[in-house]
Amino acid sequence: MRQSYRIIPVYTADVSGVCSALYELGGMVVMHDPSGCNSTYNTHDEIRWYEQDSLIYISGLTEIDAVMGNDAKFIRDIEETAKELHPKFIALAGSPIPFMNGTDFPALAQVIETETGIPAFAIPTNGMHDYTYGAGLAFAKIAERFVQPLKETKNADADVTSITTIPHTLNLLGVTPLDFGPQQNADCMKQNLAKHGWQVISTWAMGDSLENLSHAAEAEVNLVVSSVGLETAKILKEKFGTPYVIGTPVGDFTEDLVMVLEQVTKNTDKKKKSSEEESAPDGQDKPEIPYLQNRLSEPQEITLIGEAVTMGSLAAAIEKKYHKAVRVICPLETNAGLLALNDRVAKGEEEVQELLKDARIIIADPLYRPICPKSSSFYELPHIAFSGRIFLRDIKEGKYLSEI
Amino acid sequence: MLKRVGGEINPEGAVTTIGEAEFPVPFPPGLEFNSPVHGNWNIVHTGMLMPEAIQIYVCADNCMRGVVLTAAEMNAADRFSFVIVEEENLLNGNLEDVTIEGVTDVLNKTEKKPKVVLLFTVCLHHFLGCDLDRVYEELENRFPEIIFVRCFMDPIMQKHGLTPDQKLRKALYDPLEKRSSDEKVVTLVGDDFALDETCDIKRLLRSGGYTLKELTACTNWEEYQELGSGKMLISCYPPAKYGAEMLAERLQRTHLYLPGSFDYEEIKEEIRTFAEAVKNSVSNVEKNDKGAILRNTENSMSFEDLEVFFQQEIVLCEDALKHAKSIIGDTPVALDYLYHPRPLGLAKLLLTHDFNVTTIYLDSISAEEKEAFDWLKVNCPNLELRATIHPKMRVLPRENEGKILAIGQKAAWFTGSRNFVNMVQGGGLWGFDGIRRTAEMMTEAFLEEKDTEDLVVRKGWGCESCI
Repeated sequence: MRQSYRIIPVYTADVSGVCSALYELGGMVVMHDPSGCNSTYNTHDEIRWYEQDSLIYISGLTEIDAVMGNDAKFIRDIEETAKELHPKFIALAGSPIPFMNGTDFPALAQVIETETGIPAFAIPTNGMHDYTYGAGLAFAKIAERFVQPLKETKNADADVTSITTIPHTLNLLGVTPLDFGPQQNADCMKQNLAKHGWQVISTWAMGDSLENLSHAAEAEVNLVVSSVGLETAKILKEKFGTPYVIGTPVGDFTEDLVMVLEQVTKNTDKKKKSSEEESAPDGQDKPEIPYLQNRLSEPQEITLIGEAVTMGSLAAAIEKKYHKAVRVICPLETNAGLLALNDRVAKGEEEVQELLKDARIIIADPLYRPICPKSSSFYELPHIAFSGRIFLRDIKEGKYLSEI
Repeated sequence: MLKRVGGEINPEGAVTTIGEAEFPVPFPPGLEFNSPVHGNWNIVHTGMLMPEAIQIYVCADNCMRGVVLTAAEMNAADRFSFVIVEEENLLNGNLEDVTIEGVTDVLNKTEKKPKVVLLFTVCLHHFLGCDLDRVYEELENRFPEIIFVRCFMDPIMQKHGLTPDQKLRKALYDPLEKRSSDEKVVTLVGDDFALDETCDIKRLLRSGGYTLKELTACTNWEEYQELGSGKMLISCYPPAKYGAEMLAERLQRTHLYLPGSFDYEEIKEEIRTFAEAVKNSVSNVEKNDKGAILRNTENSMSFEDLEVFFQQEIVLCEDALKHAKSIIGDTPVALDYLYHPRPLGLAKLLLTHDFNVTTIYLDSISAEEKEAFDWLKVNCPNLELRATIHPKMRVLPRENEGKILAIGQKAAWFTGSRNFVNMVQGGGLWGFDGIRRTAEMMTEAFLEEKDTEDLVVRKGWGCESCI
């Protein structure tokens, strides 16, 4: 049965995804939940909780308030806290019982925003989706509400104004500890790109501020490094015409990714020029996903399990370096268009186990090991969104897959 | 690196003095913060105490994540399975079917069938009116060799009724069969920790040739069933009281609630009551197994000489407290409710022995502590109370100038202290011995720093932890 799990855990859920995405942005996130969501989140899904403050709370929903539909208490508690702590925004996230009750979160957010003057929005979570969905929608809300349009600048030698992005800059979209672990990994990714001549304007959202994110429109291109950043990329494309490339700079794949970044920005420039001349629509027609290109089609020797973009990129890096075909099993729901022909979507322990039956070499979170064939070779690659903090110490020490 | 948000925060609402505090809720309710202190036991830890049992949870992803990783972190993933509830199950109203078929599937995949399944249903089952009788009846028909225990993870109910924790501490004893009682056996019900071997209750029982049976010591089903042989039941941990009362009623046994205390008079009264009940519950109280008169066999303790015993114990307690005070001096002391269910009682004890107790971390005050509350209100009105879940506690300063002795993990985290007593829920402390152990642990904590960040984030103090 797809919904039953004998031995492996579940991935981080949507509610925690919202909190993780918005953690460093100075807002307040309120999970409408009786108890447990906050403890689960801060224990297993949030590696920054001990040493970095963030205004993340639960409402402490009670049976009587749920039955009577007492939203007034929820609103009052949020407004009182906001009045004292002055968050930059207020995000509301629902859990199973409010979902079942049909709690009108957008309306509650509107009331709160009107009464406090603080931007407030709802993320339609219910605790029954995975983090890629919740975190993705949270970032999308930030893009909708806070990213500023480019300012017009006057050319020095002429009385002409223009709106320009900053050359060779990008935003990293979809960076949370759930996929990338500690800050050092996000910094490493930025340094890697800097070596190839690309400066990062904003990182969504580790080691960065809401202020920096609001300047995202100044970037020449967006780099979607996990599926969590996909919705944001689409919004920034729609609002500002910023093209986007999907892929994670990892190992030898980084060079391919950078080449595509160069190509996309060149094409965008050309299209802009032709657009100015011919009034044609500008920007890319479809997203560039370089890790899906030139993939080996021979029978797969290696199986990766995890998030679509990071694992797809890792698959490309492995194929390039070792010339062995790799397939990805993606158990997460944000995967449409992000997987190669031989990759597979699998929901639940039973489906993953079935797909792993013939696997010879498996690279996955260590907690997958109990459902892998005994005859397979297993390489550990911990994923915070799966095993939580269990392997964090070793992750910080860079123990895993350093050869790639 | 500690990063802060919110700038200067007025502590009002999250901090008060006991002189101004209201009983039993000193802080206004509202949004809730959860600190990174996780040494308290949750329902997974407690459920693992039952030998030859596995736990199966039926809930949504987000609720599941916390419990499944609790099991994984305590290296008990092989005793934990689950069934995920999805949106369509709520919309289609087939929660009974999903629960039955999911549990069946898990059990069919389990090579060695467990003796017992602790089946946890959740808030959703309650709100959707799931027919749990039908669920259990069907599962019992399908797996007649397995005992299904009704457990709950329904925190939405906990503010107006029993908590999931209280219900579990009852459920864990539901499979106990009624058997003939052993007059030399007393059973402790509902504790997460074995009572210390040196604690007053165990010494008293040993001196009379009695045995204390505890769930924590059971390694197999037979040992578990022997818990039912206790002629008398006792419970010491407040959340265990409800389950112990239910069990006593079902098994028709005497039950005594003997909460851990830091008050000499209360301890004396509890021991007197206990000794009397033990005497009355056995047919031949004057004779021990060898036919000898019960006398002072251990540490001058006997049923007959309780008053002498009390005097000696109090002298020893006073010595221990004096010794601790001579080392700790006027160093500020902060303590919390997680260290022991009687934080106010502990504060009173320490303040009356000249310790510089400055702060107590708690969110509500137990009815059992009303007397201590009233005493402190009159005699130490400036004693500070700090909330642990109030939203401001996320951002109020956690560093202090100078050394602070923290008693309990939450006090350690909120004060930023590395000198702390690392224990939760009263541990195995009880009675005069508990007072002495606390004094000793305070001294040790004062003299030796601990790695607060490494210790307090670990779930389930005393359990295995793989992080």
